[in-house]
Amino acid sequence: MAILVFTENWEGKFKKLSYELASYAARIAEMMNLPAMALTIGNPDPDELEKLGHYGLKKILVAHGKNLGTLDNQVYASIIGDIALQVSASVLILSNNGTGKALAPRLAVRLKAGLASGVNGLPISTEPFVLRKRAYSGNAFAHVAIHTPVKILTLSQNSFELIDKQSKAEIETFQVTPDSNLMKTKVTDVQKQTGKLLLTDAEIVVSGGRGMKSPDNWGPLIELADLLGAALACSRPVSDEGWRSHEEHTGQTGKVIAPNLYFAVGISGATQHLAGVSSSKYIVAVNTDKDAPVFEAAQYGIVGDALKVLPKLVEAVREMKSK
Amino acid sequence: MKILVCMSQVPDTTTKVRFTPDGKSFDATGVQWVINPWDELSLTRALELKDDASTGVTQVTVAHVGPVGNEPTIRKALAIGADDAIRVNTESNDAFVVSSQLAEAIRQNPYDIILCGIESCDFNGSSVGGMVAEMLGYPSVSAVSSLKIENGQAILSREIDGGKEILTVPTPFVAIVQKGITKEPRIAAMRGIMVARTKPLKVMEPIATEPLTSLLQFEKPQPRAACKLIDAENPQQLIELLQNEAKVI
Ligand SMILES: Cc1cc2nc3c(=O)[nH]c(=O)nc-3n(C[C@H](O)[C@H](O)[C@H](O)COP(=O)(O)OP(=O)(O)OC[C@H]3O[C@@H](n4cnc5c(N)ncnc54)[C@H](O)[C@@H]3O)c2cc1C
Repeated sequence: MAILVFTENWEGKFKKLSYELASYAARIAEMMNLPAMALTIGNPDPDELEKLGHYGLKKILVAHGKNLGTLDNQVYASIIGDIALQVSASVLILSNNGTGKALAPRLAVRLKAGLASGVNGLPISTEPFVLRKRAYSGNAFAHVAIHTPVKILTLSQNSFELIDKQSKAEIETFQVTPDSNLMKTKVTDVQKQTGKLLLTDAEIVVSGGRGMKSPDNWGPLIELADLLGAALACSRPVSDEGWRSHEEHTGQTGKVIAPNLYFAVGISGATQHLAGVSSSKYIVAVNTDKDAPVFEAAQYGIVGDALKVLPKLVEAVREMKSK
Repeated sequence: MKILVCMSQVPDTTTKVRFTPDGKSFDATGVQWVINPWDELSLTRALELKDDASTGVTQVTVAHVGPVGNEPTIRKALAIGADDAIRVNTESNDAFVVSSQLAEAIRQNPYDIILCGIESCDFNGSSVGGMVAEMLGYPSVSAVSSLKIENGQAILSREIDGGKEILTVPTPFVAIVQKGITKEPRIAAMRGIMVARTKPLKVMEPIATEPLTSLLQFEKPQPRAACKLIDAENPQQLIELLQNEAKVI
């Protein structure tokens, strides 16, 4: 028996999310007295594998194979499902990111396993197996019990600390030949920006709303983000108006994020917006309206005109950085 | 070509979420029920495809698993423009049970394209689309932000980290839909509301399945500490607090 965690790699590399998943799996493995194993598909760099191993994994399984460069849900689910059976995984963990959401439900059916998605911490108990998960779009948490012998969960990003144990994992590489009948999707084009900090990975996010008045006013917001190494986000009307790209839209119908710090500038704080950002550790609000609901969600606030406050904030950050 | 839109009913997205005093169930007092926003977008996209004769889409059906009390929400979908509806008559508390019912309905009466929302905004399960696909052995594409049909071929785009992929997939398939699939949800017109009353709504009895999970308890997030206000003339103070108190920059 084992705790199995699926850690995808991005062109051979892992990221913070992967170490979070490994740390989490290792911790559950300790709770249940089982070994923690990771599975990755593709050709990860050896250094990257070694680093992933530091987070308390006993073993890392690396599946190589042809035509596995793009995600085909059926093929990937069959590979992960087979491995889960081979190692008798009692708990299978995926990220609650796009890949995890695409695969976990298919795996739940394959393995006849109960699924809890958007879990944000360790099990409340392992016997029975009870997890705390996001519900009502961030307005609540639900405690869910999984009754099946195999349990699957997807872990929300930024919800578990990294625990670097400087441990060493055994690496086992093997070849997989997926059933060609399963490979039904065909990717014909990829449009991707590389090297850009992803909103979902960012520790700090600077976000603008309709209170920014015009797309021409984004300059100081971008400057603030650059100085802080932050990613940019926006409210839905801002992306609907085409002021900013859809990729930056956060909230119930956009991206759900949980950075350490979220700047909400000229954003009223509608429930649908907060649904996407309420798991941020700290929220800073800048708004002219002292009664704006965003101040109820924020720990720090400035009541004032964003267009006047932002240049001063940029100055203050620049000064801090120069010290 | 026939499209099935799987639809859940959720509290209106501005609802103040409350639970019964024992924390075991959602307090539905005074709650307005709506079509789950992503399902509303899926339905809109399905109807747009049907409006365009070149796609060959001739029928748009909505399917819902839930008790009779949910029929007004199904009628809304019919009013928006779905041709007919299926309701599987059982409570929907577990994604596996819901998916099993939907898969059975589809087995009895197959569709070419099945659309599901990326999540329901009550339980945030992100489960039903993938489960239905696996149960039926269909391919699934997740995070779909565009769906077109050209010369009988479905062309989808899916969001990936930092961009998107364009892909093709043969029917039947399940597309799990997110933002971008269409601009605005379609709204029911007066005429639509009138004809919705007479559109077919087929009720199916559930097949026997056991839930794999159960919901024990709800809790509200910890209330946040009161907001510290900083003078607009003195934002340095904010930066100091973020650096020394919150320690996040
Ligand atoms: C089904 C559904 C889903 C939705 N999903 C989302 C979602 O995912 N994400 C999302 O963001 N919204 C979503 N919405 C929309 C949401 O309800 C709000 O309309 C939206 O979040 C408001 O955006 P905003 O705060 O930028 O604009 P507004 O509500 O217009 O607020 C602008 C704010 O800026 C302030 N302001 C004005 N001028 C200044 C200034 N000079 N300096 C500083 N502050 C200023 C104002 O006081 C106000 O508080 C959804 C709505 C529905 C119905």
